[in-house]
Amino acid sequence: MRESTLWMLNLVAGAAILVLLGLHMAIMHLDAVLGFLGLAGSGTVDAEAVFSRSKQTFFMITYIILLGTALYHGLYGLRNILFELTLSNGAEKAISLLLTVSGLGLFAYGSYVAVALFLS
Amino acid sequence: MSAEKRIQRNKLGVKGWFVAGRYGLERYAYTLHRISGVAILLYFILHIFVTGSRLGGEHSWEAAMARFESPLFKFGEFLVYLAFAYHALNGLRLVFVELGMMMGKPMQPIFPYVNSVRRQRPFFIAVMVIAAVLIVLGGADFYLLK
Repeated sequence: MRESTLWMLNLVAGAAILVLLGLHMAIMHLDAVLGFLGLAGSGTVDAEAVFSRSKQTFFMITYIILLGTALYHGLYGLRNILFELTLSNGAEKAISLLLTVSGLGLFAYGSYVAVALFLS
Repeated sequence: MSAEKRIQRNKLGVKGWFVAGRYGLERYAYTLHRISGVAILLYFILHIFVTGSRLGGEHSWEAAMARFESPLFKFGEFLVYLAFAYHALNGLRLVFVELGMMMGKPMQPIFPYVNSVRRQRPFFIAVMVIAAVLIVLGGADFYLLK
């Protein structure tokens, strides 16, 4: 794939993460502030709440989308940082391969967890 | 190494990430963007495996959560939140600048010159203020309200 396409995908992934991870951070780490304003519940990491969310289609789908976009954005960003050192072509290919395989493996594992819990 | 790469070679290497020289404020923002990004990525990979512990049932999840209840981990979690707030807002600025927004209209290079870095600086300061507000709110949530 062309570098310009990969870069544009990175920007789109960043925008998606801003919304999804922003929601995640607000729910998980601003819950007391939101609760203070009467906007949120409590016990966001309690087992009951966590397993209840795992059974909901919305959370399962958004989890997988966030997983994919965050892995792409993070690993592509890491690749860019390393490539800034102007490495040899062989080293660049090896890094790209390693990051792609790692990303696909992590995505497969995370998606399996989300789908298995949803179906259980 | 190709001829093109030899010409564009990064002679400063890793040092160039930390020494801004005459590039100024945005260069430090660039370095901090990379540091926060790598920190978030490392935490995110750990997070995938922690959330994977749900496969072992409620006891497994509670055991995983219990391991992360120490004050040190709580502080680490706050640092990740801080990194996210900075990285997200600075990243939003970078997308806007990349697309040519918040830079003003193109103008003739007439003295006194106003370069593009200075033109987007008010936007940079605005997003940093928003990031600071989010960090303060997060700090209150982590340490005062719970």
